[in-house]
Order: sequence, then C-alpha cells, then structure tokens
Amino acid sequence: MLKIALVYPELLGTYGDGGNALVLGERARRRGIEVDVLRVGIGDHMPDASLYLLGGGEDGPQRLGADLLRESSFAARVRDGKHVLAVCAGLQILGTSFAVEGDDEYEGLGLVTAVTRRGLTRAVGELLVRRGREVLVGFENHGGRTEIGSGVEPFGLVERGRGNDGVVDGYCTATIWASYAHGPVLAMNPWLADEILSRVLERELEPLDSIADDLYAERRNAILHSTESSRRP
Amino acid sequence: MSPALSLRDAFATRAILAVNFLSRVTVGGSGTVIGGRVGLALAPRLLEDLAAPRTVVLVSGTNGKTTTTAMIAAGWGGDVATNETGSNMPPGHVAALASSRSSRAVLEVDESWMSSVTPATSPRVIVLLNLSRDQLDRANEVRQIAERWRTLLSVGDGAMVVANANDPLVVYAAELAANVAWCDVPTPWNTDAVSCPRCTLPLRFADGSWWSECGFSKPLNVATTLSNELTVRGNLLRLDLRLPGAFNEANAAMALTALTYLEVDPHEALARVNELESVAGRFSLRRWRGHQLRLLLAKNPAGFTAMLNTLKDDESDIWVAINARVADGKDPSWLYDVPFEKLRGHRVYCFGDRRLDLATRLDYAGVDYVVVSDEASLPRSGEVIDVLSNYTAFQDWRKKSAPC
Repeated sequence: MLKIALVYPELLGTYGDGGNALVLGERARRRGIEVDVLRVGIGDHMPDASLYLLGGGEDGPQRLGADLLRESSFAARVRDGKHVLAVCAGLQILGTSFAVEGDDEYEGLGLVTAVTRRGLTRAVGELLVRRGREVLVGFENHGGRTEIGSGVEPFGLVERGRGNDGVVDGYCTATIWASYAHGPVLAMNPWLADEILSRVLERELEPLDSIADDLYAERRNAILHSTESSRRP
Repeated sequence: MSPALSLRDAFATRAILAVNFLSRVTVGGSGTVIGGRVGLALAPRLLEDLAAPRTVVLVSGTNGKTTTTAMIAAGWGGDVATNETGSNMPPGHVAALASSRSSRAVLEVDESWMSSVTPATSPRVIVLLNLSRDQLDRANEVRQIAERWRTLLSVGDGAMVVANANDPLVVYAAELAANVAWCDVPTPWNTDAVSCPRCTLPLRFADGSWWSECGFSKPLNVATTLSNELTVRGNLLRLDLRLPGAFNEANAAMALTALTYLEVDPHEALARVNELESVAGRFSLRRWRGHQLRLLLAKNPAGFTAMLNTLKDDESDIWVAINARVADGKDPSWLYDVPFEKLRGHRVYCFGDRRLDLATRLDYAGVDYVVVSDEASLPRSGEVIDVLSNYTAFQDWRKKSAPC
C-alpha cells in the first residue's frame, strides 16, 4: 500500500496544490498499485507515509504551517528517508529561513540549506525548467528569492521565469523534490509524477498514456513560443 | 446633474458619451470603459463630481457583485445609474454615472479598487459579499484585500456597511466600521479563511458558527438571517427568485438588507427582485448552431462550486469552457480547487483555450469528457444544455450565440 500524505491543504493549498495528490494517486491506481491518500488537517497527528506533499500558501498560513510542522514528527520522518514534494511556500518551509510579513528571517525546518529572502519584485507567470533530459512546465507566483547552499543540487535550470533566482529553480535531494512551479504541477508534468512514483516505489513503471500528455505537449509549446515570458532575474 | 459640474466636468461627460457611442457603432465594443478612460483623463476628479449629488451604493466581494448590484438596482425601482456590464473600475463608474441623470446610483466595485472608489463616491451603503481566491496571478492575496478594507472602513464616516457575517475575512474587514448590518447568509466556501485573520491560529467552524481562540468570532448581532426563511431587519420576506441557485438567495438577502437602509419598502423591493430573470446575460437562454444553451458564468473555485450545485442531477451533457486570458487570471490551477467529481455520470464537453487543462482535470476526477476541437460536429440533443464558462469564455459564448 502506497501512502501519500497531503499536508495541511487548508494552509498550504492556495493554488489547487491538492491536485498533486490526486494525480499521484490516480497514476498509481491505473497501474494497479493500491494507494491511500491521507489528508492531514490542522490539529491532526502526522501520519506515517511514503510521500508527503506540501503546497503553496499566503504569509499567515505559511507561518502557521511551518510552526505546526516544527511541532510534529514531520522532519524526523523526512530525515528517516521518507519522500517529500514541496512547491512554493512548501519549498521555503523546508529550507533554512524565509521571509513573511513582519519577519525577514522566519525559521524554516532546516532540512535543506536554502535561505529565502524577499525579492524586489513578485515573480508571476509561466515557468519553464530544464531538468536533465526533461523540461518542466508550470506557473509561479511568489515574492521570494531563494539561495541554496553550495552543496545543494537545484531541481533544474530556469529557461523561462524566475524560480529561485532566474538561473536555477528549487532543489532536490535523494528524497526531496522542491520547485516554485506551484499548484497542480504534476497534472501538467506527468513525467515528473512518474519519476516521483518510481523513486518512492523503488521500481520502474510501465508507461501510462493519458490526456495529460497532450496538455504537457501543448503547454511546453505554448510557453516556448510565448513572447511575454522571458527569464525573470 | 449639470449645476454641480464644472465646465471641465461637463465637457468630460460629453466626451465619455461620444467616445462610448463611437466605440459601440464602430468596433462593436460594449462601450463603457474606453469613454470612461477618456473622461478621467480630461477631468481627474470626475468620479467625485459625478457622484457628489447622488445617493450611492457600492457593492464589492469576490462573487455575486454583478448580480447583487442588479438586484439593488431592480429592487430600488425606477431609474438607477449602474455599471450593469460589470466594468467595475473607475472608468466604468464614471461611464455609468455620465450616462444617467438619476439621483440614485449603485456601482459594483472591484475588490482592489474599494480604497479609492469609496472616498471618491461617499456611499450611503457599502455591501461586502465575500472574499475568496480569484485570479491568483493578480490580486492574489485575499488577506491583503481584507486588510485594506479594514483600514478603509475603520476611518469611514457615514456609510452603512452591509456585510456577510459568515465570511471571516469580510467580518475582519468590516468589524471596525462605525455602522454595520451583519447578514447571516449561507456561505459554503471558507477554504480561504482557515487560519484566523487576527491571530493566524486555526478557525473553527461548527453548528453554523465560527470562532478563533483569540476571541475573533461570528458576530452575534445580525440584522438579516437567511435559512429556510429570510428575515431582513425584522421583516419576514418570501424569496421566490427567478434566478437559480442558493448563492443568488444569499445575494438577494444582502441586496434587500441594503435597500432597507435606502428607505425602500422591503416587500415592494422583494417583489421586484423576485422578478429579475437574467443579469448581464448570465443565466439567459441562447441559441447557437441549432443548440439551445443556458449560459452560466463561474470565474473561480467558490463560484464554480456554487454553480455545480445548481446543475440538474441527471445524466445530461454539460459544456464547460475555460480560458486563461488576462481578465480570467492566467493561471488555471484553480481547476483543482473545484469539485468536478460532482460531474461523474454526466458527459462533459471541453471548450476554450485551456480545454486540455480542463480535460486533464476531468480525467483525473473520473468524469467522462470530450475535447471539442470541431464545433460543427457536436451532437444535437434537443434539450437545453448548461454551458459553464469563466469570464472571457463566457463573453465569447455571448458573442457567438443569439437570444432565444
């Protein structure tokens, strides 16, 4: 049984981020894998799961989400080898510190060396990130500039949009994927959903055709040919 | 109006009417915004001057602005200046006021513009419906809007604020106002207010109420209650709307509350609001290529969720059109905040620029879908088909269809 935990969707789910749980669950089920998607609400005990999902949120909810995670067993479980997909605010929370209203250095969970400061401008628009042989398409909407530690591997290289700083986006470790591509990023990028499932399940997955492949091709093409989304330092 | 207007204002007013007339006859525009822009460029204080001699009502909130504004205009009776096409920023406001001589005006106002339109128009009544996520790529932080409204209303003077008591963000915005009439109306969407706007601790919702540990809670002293019955300031009113949907009953309750502060008899207002059939083309029956369509507008998760609840519980085909142009918000992530799972059992035809985003959402929701690439080959059913679309997609459908 594959257990996926959607963590504090009421706080960290501003941009339809819950969609990532839906996509992972469906793509596993369609391959005959038993899945249990758990919604972890405010005040709930942090359950055991193979994969935790953190989404985006506004300042107040992000601060509360970070506090609740700090008080929970979440960080211990991640250090213990459990997997995480973190987008937007989730990416900032896992890092060293982040900026929220009233505090420029709010303490993160420190699972990854990543310091987020307030950017001069907000990054709002389409995002295109090269990750090895793959290209991620998405949408970003955040005011942060994130600096990752020298030994930390970025999630990918920014081709359109800002990501962390206009050069790289997010970060990744053996068990963590973090990107500024918010919301249902896995709906638009079926290859990433499958990369995550495959790593968590520790096995190769058979290909799965769906309409999401058409969406991915269309978005990739649209963003590449869009005149308005260039790199945003 | 003219005695109150300066020569410059009078000239600007004529310019608005002329430009809008030209816009309508030459490029087929709806002709409201462009003239308003010209007018404001010629006379920057035009909104103040046009509003000054009138009794003004402002309506704002994420969902229901246009309908509630239309209900207030209809319920007031007679001639009322109003921006009925939904052009809800100052150019639309001056255009609406310039084209009417009525001493009464009801204006819908974009949430982000309340802070400037309120001092400019000195409203008698302000109606605040709800606040939730909408066009996330633009005015994304709904809490910031609540904060700005709070600042605005805490220093406001004479206006009566008619505010939704079931929306914690609206309560936060209005609680410092000098005069508030709280409306206890059903508000199913509270996903954007899970953490307390005062202290950020979790809000609790139970038994029709809500509260936070810091003491912030649903106001007890309500003017209006809508459950099985509607009571507006002690008047028991029988709602029998021709407009569909529970959300329109909540809009009507707030519109009728506002009207009582304008000394309108609530029973007479009720009769006029009940009769309202269609608002700016919404809910209207149209025909297109031999199909009979009912056009429904839903722009964001709260609006879409409410609209899905009004659909017939049968296995009829449903058409959904999604765009992500500037006026829609360029990020359609919100599709994953809409419980499309409710459409299982229906077949959904996907239209619009972002029909593949919609189709993917429906696929993961387990809903039967068809991506429409050839509009000529759609099956004819003979039944009225519900067409749900977001903002610019709705306008496209209005344009290409004709009245029944």
